[in-house]
Amino acid sequence: MEGHQAACMRKALFDQGYLDEQFLQLEDLQDEANPNFVEEVVKLYYTDSARFIRSIELTLDKNPFDFEKLDDIMHQFKGSSSSIGAKKVKRECTQFQEYCKIGNFEGCMRTFQEVKQEHAALKKKLESYLQLARQAR
Amino acid sequence: MDLGVKPVSFASSSASWKSADGVPDQFPAGLRVLVVDDDPTCLRILEKMLKNCLYEVTTCNRAEVALKFLRDNRNGYDIVISDVHMPDMDGFKLLEHVGLEMDLPVIMMSADDSKNVVMKGVTHGACDYLIKPVRMEALKNIWQHVVRKKKHEWKEKDFEQSGSVDDVERQQKPIEDVDYSSSANEGTWKNSKKRKDEDDEAEERDDSSTLKKPRVVWSVELHQQFVTAVNQLGIDKAVPKKILELMNVPGLTRENVASHLQKYRLYLRRLSGVSQHQNGLSSSFMGPPDAPFGPMSSLSGVDLQALAASGQLPPQSLATIQAAALGRATTKSAITVPLVDQRNIFSFENPKLRFVDGQQQQNNNSKQVNLLHGIPTNMDSKQLASLHQSAQSFGSMSMHVHSQASQSNSLLTQMVQPPSRTQILNEINGSHALNLPSSVGQPVLSQGVPNAVLGRNGIENVRGPPYTSVSQPSTVVDFSRSQSTEFLGTSFSLVSNSGISNLTSKLQDEVNSEMKASRGFAPNFDIFNDINQNRTQDWRLQDVPSTFETQQHSNVRGSLDVSSSVLIQQQFSSNQKSGQNRVPPVNKAAFSVADGLGNSSNIGQQLSSSLVDNPSRIKAERPPDMGYQNGLFSEHFGQEDLMTAILKQQQGGMEPIENEFGFDGYHLDNLPV
Repeated sequence: MEGHQAACMRKALFDQGYLDEQFLQLEDLQDEANPNFVEEVVKLYYTDSARFIRSIELTLDKNPFDFEKLDDIMHQFKGSSSSIGAKKVKRECTQFQEYCKIGNFEGCMRTFQEVKQEHAALKKKLESYLQLARQAR
Repeated sequence: MDLGVKPVSFASSSASWKSADGVPDQFPAGLRVLVVDDDPTCLRILEKMLKNCLYEVTTCNRAEVALKFLRDNRNGYDIVISDVHMPDMDGFKLLEHVGLEMDLPVIMMSADDSKNVVMKGVTHGACDYLIKPVRMEALKNIWQHVVRKKKHEWKEKDFEQSGSVDDVERQQKPIEDVDYSSSANEGTWKNSKKRKDEDDEAEERDDSSTLKKPRVVWSVELHQQFVTAVNQLGIDKAVPKKILELMNVPGLTRENVASHLQKYRLYLRRLSGVSQHQNGLSSSFMGPPDAPFGPMSSLSGVDLQALAASGQLPPQSLATIQAAALGRATTKSAITVPLVDQRNIFSFENPKLRFVDGQQQQNNNSKQVNLLHGIPTNMDSKQLASLHQSAQSFGSMSMHVHSQASQSNSLLTQMVQPPSRTQILNEINGSHALNLPSSVGQPVLSQGVPNAVLGRNGIENVRGPPYTSVSQPSTVVDFSRSQSTEFLGTSFSLVSNSGISNLTSKLQDEVNSEMKASRGFAPNFDIFNDINQNRTQDWRLQDVPSTFETQQHSNVRGSLDVSSSVLIQQQFSSNQKSGQNRVPPVNKAAFSVADGLGNSSNIGQQLSSSLVDNPSRIKAERPPDMGYQNGLFSEHFGQEDLMTAILKQQQGGMEPIENEFGFDGYHLDNLPV
């Protein structure tokens, strides 16, 4: 039952664009020696990405606005997100970087909210899914 | 997250792998990989992926730590994978360190896939560049870089043992000398070419097999050490082993020095060859009495060295140029007439350089080298052609100048001779890429103006003593290829402009600014290629001597020198074409360029006088242009004016030429037509 549920949830995550093929790579790495590899990596990601988000918030508060720094932090955040296949998060990061490049403060603020939203949404979904998947094993 | 933890299981397999000459059965299992990435998520994923490939993985999240691991355990790793973007140290810096100290293959990674970053990785010697997110498939094959590198090392060892490299070089020398003595440029060129080919082959051997391996980065400092060592030993006595000992750089192998020396020698030859062809005008200039330069192609780096050796180039600058040139040279194959490599070389350094080359080519075609490279305008190729023409007329003037300026001449000589652009390009690129990040001159050189390139570098570096000896025109002009002339002129101007003016100031800064100025035209590699194709004229710088004089004159002036050199080159090319030895047009052009550069007042006068002096000469080559140019030239003596004048003339005269050239790349916006 859980297995079926987990599978459905997994499929939905891919279909709805939350995850991309990079997540499959993670799944491929999971084996008997590392049965919780995916969960482990996702946890790592969410711990680390909180740092990025905090850092961006601080920089957004500063005056004058440092677009370059923001772009820099976001670049790293994007790299991290892409490594677990967080598709929507990655997209918002890219959009944020675009606004940074043209120096659009408003755009940056707006997009950053999107980033946080997607980031949080994915976290919830992954937590549910991984829990189900673990139970199913 | 592992930090420095090595799985024990692979220890034995890696040991056996290491010791075996060939590849053990388990290979690539047990490959010892060091992964450096500050992102814990990525690091963990990479670690797992590599373990799944049965590699032995060590991870660290700081570059400093990674270097420590590597240093503490010199032979403990086979390959390094590093992120580009790290907080404590730039990934490229780490790459350089590893390449220099440990000579391990290094793979760079980044989420950034923009061309310039990837290019940076390549130029810094990364053997591969992975875009994040990294996939398993990409990591599975990293062992190939290790094998490739080892293979190369074995080859080098064999080489060393047989002493083939040195032998080859020695054999070549006599041949060159013989050629040189003969009056035929072709003969020399052929020999040089042969030599060059062989050298190139040797280099290619190194390069192709090491394409992906982290090679020694011949930084300015390193190259300088090299140059110092060579000078200490004496260019004839400098053998890799001794150089290596003198340099005393950890992690540098004899093979590295050998291949670097090869390039350097080629460069020197080119330098000396240019001067020599010029009928020994600049005999004193060419310090290293290397064999006749023949095709410049091999020169780029060597010339600089020669210059340096002759005491004219400040070691540092020379080192820079050479390093760049030499570095680049390796990556490129022989410079042949079609500047195939230009593109490569050029791409990373300066688009501007391309421009130069293109111009040069144009010049060649148009008979006149458009010395006005130095002129900060946007010039079309066509314009270049016209410039080239005017350059020719200037050449006569430059003759005059030449007598006064010694340095520029020498520089020109160098520049003028590139037998093949590609070589120059290669060399330039090499050198530039490595050492002169911004210098425009460098890239240009590689573009294929062997001589020009060298000249450029030399010019850039030669801030100090003028090269009187510079190759007096004969050498410079040894263009066996039509293209070269143009190319030379172009590059030369670029170089000269930048170089000469830089003579007094920072080498690079000036070059860059010069380049920029003159480069208004869109740098493109394509142009160079085009140019190559456009080459139709055989340029033989027979007039090198005259050019030289001009150059010298300009050297005195600093910026003037640059222009003169440029002019001279052009002159050469044009002269070559017409088979006249006339420097005048070029010289004058150079001169005017020089004026534009800044020192002009004196030169301007000289130019004008030379213009006056040489009208007859000029006429022989291009009567209409010359006249035009001469006239124009004399009118504008002001520094800026001269340049403008020249440009104008070029433009004016260019119309017909444009068609000839079919040059697409350049736009001489500023040239009033």
